[in-house]
Amino acid sequence: MEINSDVFVSNTTELSANGKKPGKIEVRNLNFFYGEHQALFDNTIDIEPGKVTAIIGPSGCGKSTHLRVYNRIFELYPEQRAEGEVLLDGENILARDVDLIELRKRVGMIFQKPTPFPMSVFDNVAYGLKLHYKLSKSELRERVEKALRQAALWDEVKDKLNKPGTALSGGQQQRLSIARAIAVEPEILLMDEPTSAIDPVATAKIEDLIEKLRGKYTIVIVTHNMQQAARISDFTAFFYEGHIVEYGVTKELFTRPKKKQTENYITGRFG
Amino acid sequence: MKKRSALPRKIFDKIAALLAYLAAFAGLFILGWILYTVAARGFASFNLAFFTELPNPPGIEGGGLANAILGTIILTLLATLIGTPLGMLAGIYLSEYGKNSKFAEWARFFSNILMGTPSIIIGIFVYTFLVVPFGNFSAYAGAVALAVMMLPVVARTTEDMLQMVPSAMREAALALGTPRWKTTLQIVFRAAKSGLITGVLLAVARISGETAPLLFTALNSPYWISSLSEPTPNLTVTIFNYAMSPYEDWQQMAWGASFLISAGVLFVTLTTRFLLKEKK
Amino acid sequence: MKGNSHESFSDKLFRTLAAFGAAILLLVMAALFVELVSNSWLSIKKFGFGFIFSNVWDPVKEEFGAAASIWGTLVSTVIAMLIAVPVGILIAFFLVELIPEKFAKWIGTGIELLAAVPSIIYGMWGLFVFAPFMANTVQPFLQSVFGETELFSGPPLGIGMLTAGIILAFMILPFIASVVRDVFKMVPAVVKESAHGMGSTLWEVTSKVTVRYGMQGIIGAALLGLGRAIGETMAVTFVIGNSHRISTSLFSPANSITATLANEFAEASEPLYLSSLIELGLILFLLTFVIQIVSQLWLRQVKKKMGRQ
Repeated sequence: MEINSDVFVSNTTELSANGKKPGKIEVRNLNFFYGEHQALFDNTIDIEPGKVTAIIGPSGCGKSTHLRVYNRIFELYPEQRAEGEVLLDGENILARDVDLIELRKRVGMIFQKPTPFPMSVFDNVAYGLKLHYKLSKSELRERVEKALRQAALWDEVKDKLNKPGTALSGGQQQRLSIARAIAVEPEILLMDEPTSAIDPVATAKIEDLIEKLRGKYTIVIVTHNMQQAARISDFTAFFYEGHIVEYGVTKELFTRPKKKQTENYITGRFG
Repeated sequence: MKKRSALPRKIFDKIAALLAYLAAFAGLFILGWILYTVAARGFASFNLAFFTELPNPPGIEGGGLANAILGTIILTLLATLIGTPLGMLAGIYLSEYGKNSKFAEWARFFSNILMGTPSIIIGIFVYTFLVVPFGNFSAYAGAVALAVMMLPVVARTTEDMLQMVPSAMREAALALGTPRWKTTLQIVFRAAKSGLITGVLLAVARISGETAPLLFTALNSPYWISSLSEPTPNLTVTIFNYAMSPYEDWQQMAWGASFLISAGVLFVTLTTRFLLKEKK
Repeated sequence: MKGNSHESFSDKLFRTLAAFGAAILLLVMAALFVELVSNSWLSIKKFGFGFIFSNVWDPVKEEFGAAASIWGTLVSTVIAMLIAVPVGILIAFFLVELIPEKFAKWIGTGIELLAAVPSIIYGMWGLFVFAPFMANTVQPFLQSVFGETELFSGPPLGIGMLTAGIILAFMILPFIASVVRDVFKMVPAVVKESAHGMGSTLWEVTSKVTVRYGMQGIIGAALLGLGRAIGETMAVTFVIGNSHRISTSLFSPANSITATLANEFAEASEPLYLSSLIELGLILFLLTFVIQIVSQLWLRQVKKKMGRQ
């Protein structure tokens, strides 16, 4: 695995609105198993804070599997197992004694299929806030509006806050999921193919959104759409069959890939 | 922002899990308690006489429930003979002809309602038109009451099982020139055979344990069955009568009868469930 | 396939026979209703609407009123629902979220067997085993904890309204647990994962998201249980105590429509007595009919919603 570190500058990270630094992830020798079957092999990678990192690769190469280690969501399924180290701001989140509730407050996740909860738009966004914080009614309303504004959804839903989240269009639902995730001001935002189930117009809106969120949050986005990765990410990692083949500054990876495999994938020689 | 301590949330989560474990355990415990009681007390009342003799007059110890055992078997058989073909016909109609028919929709709707009608109401219904006009309780009335209970169940399982047969099979048969009725009865039925049988068995298991429909139709009798137009001995009503009686040995026999009924019903239920799961 | 213009005779005959089978379902329902109404007519004419509210039940004086029976039916059913619905949800939570599928299969089957036990067996066990347990252990305990409140007053006989309600709960529990279990399973994994991803505890995911997602299905399960409980006969008859008095204590003997019918139908020789009993049956039938209709329509709604996913 190689990083074009001479182009990378680490101190341009912006502080988020309340002075929190967006998080840094360091993965060391991550191996992942579905039962007996190994899916990830010795993954080692640095996710730079405040930047957008795209993870690309053919179907089944382990992109989503890798992403889902960052918030330990894989632990819902007893046959799935991760070995190795994943450091979030220096602490290993794979350790036994890690508080999952706290971890998932710092690491938010957006799924491929929009998942509005069966409650009003307002309650969707307020979900995490009510879970983790003690807020007065007015504070809550303030935070919900802030999150919806950040997610570029406020104008479209400000009169519909009491309507069910499911009443929104697909693209709006996905932005609602994003608003819900950022309402609790996580350090990291994980996005697992967030636009593959959305129409192109809505996709463009979400890509704009990601651009706006850069700096305040560290974003890791899995995508099977290379053009999208090239458009919106600062760094790109290319996965193949559970291995990280190459990782570097997006422009570099796409114009002058270091590995033949990367070049083959980018030029479409295999899907 | 002021943080909420996660500790009470985690404690509550553990409490909820504990309650859930308790709930499941309680359910299984009650089942075990009931089965154990029935097995222990029922078995204690078994002897040769139980299976071979007629009941003695009240107050005189001894005797058996041979007539009731036979009676229950006869009533169940008779009910099955009546309810199965009718139920299957209904199920065939709903599955094969009932796609866009309003009539089929209504039939399905009321079939579900009939299934949810209390068994004692069905007993009263059959009483009013099969007992009162003839002036006597009878095995016919009892069997019809049980058959009415079987009807919607058999119709539903028949419809479901037939629906599971892919339409390609029907179309292939029809394309070869097979008449509709042959297609259904020979081809589709054969494909759904095991499912249909288990459906019927399930219905039979349910009705063999029923008491209320027989209370005012077959009634009960301390004698052997001599005719189907007379009150008919059966295990379930016997259990009711004996349990409510002041005689301990009758109460004992009620447990024996309970054991037989439970064993039969549970055995058939477990078997059909096992077969149905295999089919899926 | 619409009917061919030249449907053969045998096909026509077959179709007619099948339609006849389906028609029987409708006929039976209609006949049932007609018979119940016509046979209760005597009582309806004599007592009118007040029958429902009258607390008198005197076969000697030939004065009948359904209030005690209706009261017992309603209260025992409410007790059953108050116990079975939360416990059923907890069991579904247990089976779907707390234990691996391979155990859930067996334990789930065990719970479902509770539904296969014939009602009269519940009656036997209820009368000879559970009622004494209630009398010797549970009822004195309740009285010591709650003091002499009206609800738990009177001698701890074991039989009565509370015991009947509890046994009914055992009987409808498996239905509720089974349906809610299916509902929980149908909630898409991504939705649950989203809730977990927000930092919720397992119970929070279930209570705040899963239950809300499947609320319609859960209500359908409750309706199913309700219908079953209201029409239950033998189990209730054995333990409810068969007294036509309305009491505020859960420990006192009571009556339900089904128990009254089971106990008194055979002895009712006078036409008015019989007619009143049948009118009781008619009331019960109408109650379950309405519940069934609501249940059916509700399930139709739920299926439509699920279909939209």
